[in-house]
Amino acid sequence: MNAILIPHTWVLALSAALFTIGTLGVLLRRNGIAIFLSLELMLNSANLAFVAFAMTFAAQPGAAVSALEGQLFVFFVIAVAAAEAAVGLALYIALHRVKGAIDVDRVNILRW
Amino acid sequence: MVPIVFVIAAVVAVVFAIITVAHSSPVINVLSLVVVFFAMAAIFALLGMDFLAAVQIIVYAGAIMVLFLFVIMLLNIRSVERLGSGRRVQALLGTVVAVGVGAVPLIAISLLTPATGAVYPGALETGTVVPIGRALLTTHLFAFEFITLLLVAAIVGAVYLARREPR
Amino acid sequence: MWVEVLVIGIKLAAVLAALLTTVPIMVWVERRASALMQDRLGPNRVGPFGLFQPVVDAVKLITKEDLIPSNVSRFLYLLAPAMALTVALSTFIAVPFGDGSDLELFGHPVRGFIVAPDLNIGILYIFAISSLAVYATVLAGWSSNNKYSMLGGIRASAQTISYELAMTISVVGVLMASGSLHLHQVVESQAGTWLGVLPRWHVCTQILGALTFVVAAFAETNRVPFDLPEAEAELVSGYMTEYSSMKYAAFFMGEYVHMTVSSALIVTMFFGGWTLPWIDLPFSGWLGGLLSIAIFVAKVAFFLFFFVWVRWTLPRFRFDQLMALGWKVMVPLAVLNFLWVGIAMAAGIL
Repeated sequence: MNAILIPHTWVLALSAALFTIGTLGVLLRRNGIAIFLSLELMLNSANLAFVAFAMTFAAQPGAAVSALEGQLFVFFVIAVAAAEAAVGLALYIALHRVKGAIDVDRVNILRW
Repeated sequence: MVPIVFVIAAVVAVVFAIITVAHSSPVINVLSLVVVFFAMAAIFALLGMDFLAAVQIIVYAGAIMVLFLFVIMLLNIRSVERLGSGRRVQALLGTVVAVGVGAVPLIAISLLTPATGAVYPGALETGTVVPIGRALLTTHLFAFEFITLLLVAAIVGAVYLARREPR
Repeated sequence: MWVEVLVIGIKLAAVLAALLTTVPIMVWVERRASALMQDRLGPNRVGPFGLFQPVVDAVKLITKEDLIPSNVSRFLYLLAPAMALTVALSTFIAVPFGDGSDLELFGHPVRGFIVAPDLNIGILYIFAISSLAVYATVLAGWSSNNKYSMLGGIRASAQTISYELAMTISVVGVLMASGSLHLHQVVESQAGTWLGVLPRWHVCTQILGALTFVVAAFAETNRVPFDLPEAEAELVSGYMTEYSSMKYAAFFMGEYVHMTVSSALIVTMFFGGWTLPWIDLPFSGWLGGLLSIAIFVAKVAFFLFFFVWVRWTLPRFRFDQLMALGWKVMVPLAVLNFLWVGIAMAAGIL
């Protein structure tokens, strides 16, 4: 099979689209879980951007190290997102215990 | 030749991302985000980065989303509100900000020369486990060990935050 | 290019047919072997030695009324059994079931009896797909809108994610010893002898890892002694309570296919795959290829019988005992095995 040419602009455009959809979710939803999911979507779109640039560097001979570092950064972003998801969901559990809901309209004052 | 697999994966990702953000049931949101992760893993694999595709499925789709599902079931979260059912001004302003935020990278992309990153069938030389493992354990050893510490801190933090007060 | 697709299609069809045929055979083996172990006869009326019993069971299940209770979340309720079966079947494409490296079909090299020969992240792919099996159980429990199903689903998924960890760490030892993630390399690294007298199978060089993996495989497939999530005396039928006819059959097929895939993985990673212990057969040409497939199938059949044997011999664990075993015993043992392999490789013993 011959090489398939994917312009890196297409991958970046997909990343921008996913980022926009994620931002819409974070700003417009009131359910805590939905906000968190939209946040994960934004993180993934950032991963796609890293991967797009890693791909272009990999295509140029002699820049393989940059391609590697792009992938390593994605790996670290995934690990950090996992840690953040764990702690964030634990916070939601504690919040639910105190407030009874994780609707951001009901949890909007600092002192309860 | 139009990269048909990439187009299909991209369309699936965008459609299910919209369902993730817009649907009212939290379980459906989680499951559609899992589909988005699958589409992204397909794109990673298509670009030759096999290890990243596998890690994406194992960690994101297989562990983090399961955690979300468990929390939804534990707290019995049933959402009945839909996207944009909040206050009107807030919804409008939010949409404007989101579109603005998305337009900036799109303008930047249109200014880039469309260098075609060629994608070869099969993994990149730097896409398999060996170069990534070597780099993680030699050049980037400090970051790797630090991520370990971060994950331990996250585990301890999560256990502490979610514990019941002893009566 | 189309010849390549055709070759992959033929391999895929063969694998699917073999896996789905294993299910009725396993049903018969389970009922007959359990009966003989319990000093009774088992099915012996429908055909010689009851061999047509699974066929009759399948007809019964297909013609049963297909109920969907009114309180369930329909989409998730219908998705769960489909997901169980699909995930179990998808895992097998990275497992090599014979040695066909030099064969040609229609002028195109077959490149080994493995459906996806280019997948150089073999073991990682298998873990990725089998980590999706949690969704089937937890969604089945949640969507059934039933206390017993919910409890069964949560228990099953907690068990699955705990033993996934022990399974993954125990495989790292195998990876270190074989130097590659591709399962064909893993089998080839088990050729020869170790310490002059034992075959170089990873069960001999890394016995702790093998034990941990086998126990974790039992826990992942929800087989006794780890089958509390579907224990009949405790939770009616666990997460499968509200399912009837073909959806129930789909769950059962998924469980048996998962068992077959786990046996295939145990054989590939620890028991030498398609090679014989001390004899070094060349396996050339089509005859050699078919012989290697026959050896592999024989080993997998033995492990399937082992699954059935253990089921009808041991009592089941209580859930807290099960979780304590997974986290406090299996994970440290797997890490110990990993240490042993590292030290042995550095010292030159392995």
